[in-house]
Amino acid sequence: MSIVADNISLHLAGFDLLRNINLSVEAGQVTVLVGPNGAGKSSLLKVLTGELNPTQGAVWLNHRELSDWDIQDKANVLAVLPQHSELNFPFTANEVVALGCIPHATGYAVDQKIIADALQMVDASYLERRLYTQMSGGEKQRVQLARVLAQIWSPNALGEQFLVLDEPTAAFDLAHQQMTLEIVKQFSKRGVGVLMVVHDLNLAARCADNLVVMNGGVIEAFGNPDKILTEQLVEKVFDVKATISRHPTANKPLVIT
Amino acid sequence: MRYLAAAKLVWFLALLLPGVAIVSLSVGTVSIPWSQIIQTLLASIGGIEATQTSSIVLDIRLPRILLALLVGAVLAVLGAVMQGLFRNPLADPSLIGVSGGASVGASLVIVLVGGAVASPLAGLSLISFGAFIGGVISTLVVYRVATSGIGTSVTTMLLAGIAIGAIAGAFNSLLSYFSDNQMLRQISVWQMGNLGGANWLKVSIMLAVAAVLAAVLPGQAKSLNALLLGESEARHLGVDVQKIKQKLIFLTALGVGVSVALAGLIGFVGLIIPHMVRLLIGPDHRWLLPATALAGASLLMIADSIARIVVLPAELPTGILTALLGAPFFIALLIRQRGEF
Repeated sequence: MSIVADNISLHLAGFDLLRNINLSVEAGQVTVLVGPNGAGKSSLLKVLTGELNPTQGAVWLNHRELSDWDIQDKANVLAVLPQHSELNFPFTANEVVALGCIPHATGYAVDQKIIADALQMVDASYLERRLYTQMSGGEKQRVQLARVLAQIWSPNALGEQFLVLDEPTAAFDLAHQQMTLEIVKQFSKRGVGVLMVVHDLNLAARCADNLVVMNGGVIEAFGNPDKILTEQLVEKVFDVKATISRHPTANKPLVIT
Repeated sequence: MRYLAAAKLVWFLALLLPGVAIVSLSVGTVSIPWSQIIQTLLASIGGIEATQTSSIVLDIRLPRILLALLVGAVLAVLGAVMQGLFRNPLADPSLIGVSGGASVGASLVIVLVGGAVASPLAGLSLISFGAFIGGVISTLVVYRVATSGIGTSVTTMLLAGIAIGAIAGAFNSLLSYFSDNQMLRQISVWQMGNLGGANWLKVSIMLAVAAVLAAVLPGQAKSLNALLLGESEARHLGVDVQKIKQKLIFLTALGVGVSVALAGLIGFVGLIIPHMVRLLIGPDHRWLLPATALAGASLLMIADSIARIVVLPAELPTGILTALLGAPFFIALLIRQRGEF
């Protein structure tokens, strides 16, 4: 089971945002999107989650075309964390995470357990009764992360589940970046397919089963970070001279700039 | 942290409502003790011969108070709905253009028709028809302007609502400019909002509208909660955003259109009541909607009672009182919450 982009292109307001993208995000794996600003990462996420319709090509979710999915069924297999949150109403953290339970609504007791567990997983149990509007940026983002985790907390009969995160670690300190990687690994072990945008190449190399390098609306490289992450690629895509070494303990590529 | 548990506030308001209603029934030009009010109400169920007291209570005050209750509840709950839909705590039901259009409709009838044409329905003035039609037309215009192939943009709706409001204001001034003194007074009194013309026909119409809202809105509470996250987030949570927008805009046009047609422009209730309730119990619409409906009902009954007795033997337009009563309370709440937002 997978999310498959079948030769998609996206033209918006006279710009070619995406050109002939073919990509398969597999369940049980972590796929990480990297690329410079304006490479089309967020546009690709929007097309893959059905928020934008591709100008050409099609997106398939678990072998069914994305546009054919019932919106409620889709919410039970696909959870999406956007880059920014517009929420400016004083919900408590508990209430925000509870919104993630709307698609499955398993019943009050089960939902409360899921909410508590999800908050604990993102190290935000202490925020439970605090108002969202009074939290710091990192706290808000953790609560939002807990919300999308709660959305696909338990496996669903409708098929393999997917977690799409747009720069989830942007507002996080070092400890919470590590925490996010652990969470992502844990979910992928359970069979959830994870697709996320990350800016830190080392973070990406640490957790990606598959790395997707985008540039100018096309996929520049795709595959195991061990194989594709080269000095030439980094220079070509990011216009930065870098040395690629090995992480001494994690045995993963280490990009030094 | 919140000041009140949501369930407690809803229960408190629900218990407060009949009390406020009975007090409202007892005050007026003739003051009637509560015991006699309750007696009259109970006796009326069995059907009694009309006395002076029973006709004051049942024929004059009861329809007026019920109209205040229903209009207050509908305006307040639709305010909460609009603030949720627009994700803006400063939105109010008139934002979608309905109030502006309604006042143009009413002024047009007052200036062009005057008393020359009889209303097709006894008990309902032609002004009411004009106001309702004006309100519906302007909402349709705002909705059409904001709707494209990819859906309705609430930001565009907000801006279009402001523009339509400005046009309506200009038309109103134009009509006022060309009207004689009597028309001018009629227009301005209508715009102040008045429950004085209440009768059982108006109560029945308002009750039907309130019943529709009571049947449909509770089912939308969770979707409204999800919408506060943002439209795409709500879609990812399985909410059919476009469908819910259409439904809520239609209900608001209906509810506010009918309220304005029957009671004139009664400001403040739709803006401040939901805001006030949200400060007390938070933004969860499952509690916010019933609490705002109950609070709006009580507030308008209280405001109308005061309007009836403050300048005896005359009356004040109700709309003046709603603002005078609620705004200071709201400011007090804001001061208490300073620094928390």
